[in-house]
Amino acid sequence: MSGFMAVLQRDLRLALRQGADSVMVVAFFIVTTTLFPFGVGPEANILARIASGVIWVSALLAAMLSLERIFQADFEDGTLELLALSPVSMEMLVLGKVLAHWLTTGLPLIIAAPLMAVMLNMDQSGFVTLMIAMLLGTPALSLIGAIGAALILGARRGGVLVSLLVLPLYIPILIFGAGAVEAAQLGMSATEHLQIMGAILLLTLAATPFATAHAVRLAIE
Amino acid sequence: MSEFFAMGGYGSYIWGSYAITAIAMIALLVATLRGLRASRIERQQLEAVLQSRRPRKNKKADKTS
Amino acid sequence: MHRFAKPSVFLKFTDPVLPWLAGVTALLIATGLYFALFASPIDYQQGDTVRIMYIHVPAAWMGLFCYVGMAICGAMSLIWKHPLADICARATAPIGATFTALCLITGSLWGEPMWGTWWVWDARLTSMLILLFLYLGYIALVNAFDDPERGSKAGSALALIGAVNVPIVKFSVDWWNTLHQPASIVRMDGPSVDPSMQVPLALMILGFTCYYFVVLILRVRLELNERRIRALQLSGMFDQRSDQDSNNEQNYDAGHNAEAKP
Repeated sequence: MSGFMAVLQRDLRLALRQGADSVMVVAFFIVTTTLFPFGVGPEANILARIASGVIWVSALLAAMLSLERIFQADFEDGTLELLALSPVSMEMLVLGKVLAHWLTTGLPLIIAAPLMAVMLNMDQSGFVTLMIAMLLGTPALSLIGAIGAALILGARRGGVLVSLLVLPLYIPILIFGAGAVEAAQLGMSATEHLQIMGAILLLTLAATPFATAHAVRLAIE
Repeated sequence: MSEFFAMGGYGSYIWGSYAITAIAMIALLVATLRGLRASRIERQQLEAVLQSRRPRKNKKADKTS
Repeated sequence: MHRFAKPSVFLKFTDPVLPWLAGVTALLIATGLYFALFASPIDYQQGDTVRIMYIHVPAAWMGLFCYVGMAICGAMSLIWKHPLADICARATAPIGATFTALCLITGSLWGEPMWGTWWVWDARLTSMLILLFLYLGYIALVNAFDDPERGSKAGSALALIGAVNVPIVKFSVDWWNTLHQPASIVRMDGPSVDPSMQVPLALMILGFTCYYFVVLILRVRLELNERRIRALQLSGMFDQRSDQDSNNEQNYDAGHNAEAKP
């Protein structure tokens, strides 16, 4: 546990010192979302109809954009190898890094999402559900994304590659995340969607650290 | 005969899908075979080069000994 | 040093099998084609377009079969670290991707006359498309490393993760579809399959599966050759270096001789 906390604190401190990372992710999210009204036209009805999907897709892309930094810098300067030598299990270290990633990208996205929802004229009935769904969905995005980020360590053109690997794995979260908001907007219960998202989160929390740790070991072998 | 090729008016769809499948499967096979031949030739050349190099070294070793 | 899969063993097993397998493949596909195009009845609803089924369904089967094969290879590579498992997974990916793409294309060609549209965001179509993305991701990952062995290992891990994910994707896409679309008129499997249609279907499925094994064997050989070439090139570089050293020695000797001669 102490290793977990140490990695978490270190990554958070690094992210806060540089500062730009979280801001960049949120900025990317806002800019991407802003592009949609230009693409589909500014009619309020259409925007309200697609708002939940747009927000989820933009959040997905923004989270993906920042995946590389979970491991890449540590891999390049050899920190990862030193971490592997420590007595703490790799799974715990991975979990610490993922949590740090979520705190610096997922959390800011959740805070920025209602703002964009208002701008896209989303129905107010979906706001709370959107927040809850993102609270359940974004940690799963970080957990799954970490596998991709670890797999591409040492590869050529890693940044493009990680999106190709991770996007198909993100689809269930997108479906249920957008579905939950839509159900709430239609006046139906979003509980089922949220329960499934919770199940996905628990499943990824239990399984992905092993996969990510394996991928990291492959990279530094 | 032309009736057979027309396939009840859907000829272009049916023959199109059969043609695409045939082209893709044959292309994959041919690409594999060509790659295999190229790699075999390259491997044999390399093996020959290394074989010719090693005995020479041995001979030299014999001379010096 | 790397542990190489023994090419000699692989060749010994597959050499006698390969010509037979190729013959069986040709025979199966030829008779399958005969039944599919001439000797099978037309569907009372779909007319002649039902003949597309005889390549569409086998292609879909192959797409899934190859992915399962890749995932099993990935598991074997993870558990037993057998290099041949990595090579098999690597050799399977392009075949599976080809068949998945063919399934989507022929499905489109079937859908246009029957449903009036090339593409529907139907659960089956969508999950097949995602499968194609998984294949493409695998192929891109495996080829992105300077060391092919590292690429294969990363790929094996990805194949396994994808295998866990495929049921989840399938399930979520099914649900997504039923939520958004009213009871779908789209039915990929068509009417219950008549025995006279089962014959060409079975022949084509078997033929495609045999075709897969033929290409797999050839691709594994290709992969083994390439590994051998890399190993030879590496040892060749060492040889060259030692050759240069000995050349220097030779020159040195020559110089000595030249000095000694007069």
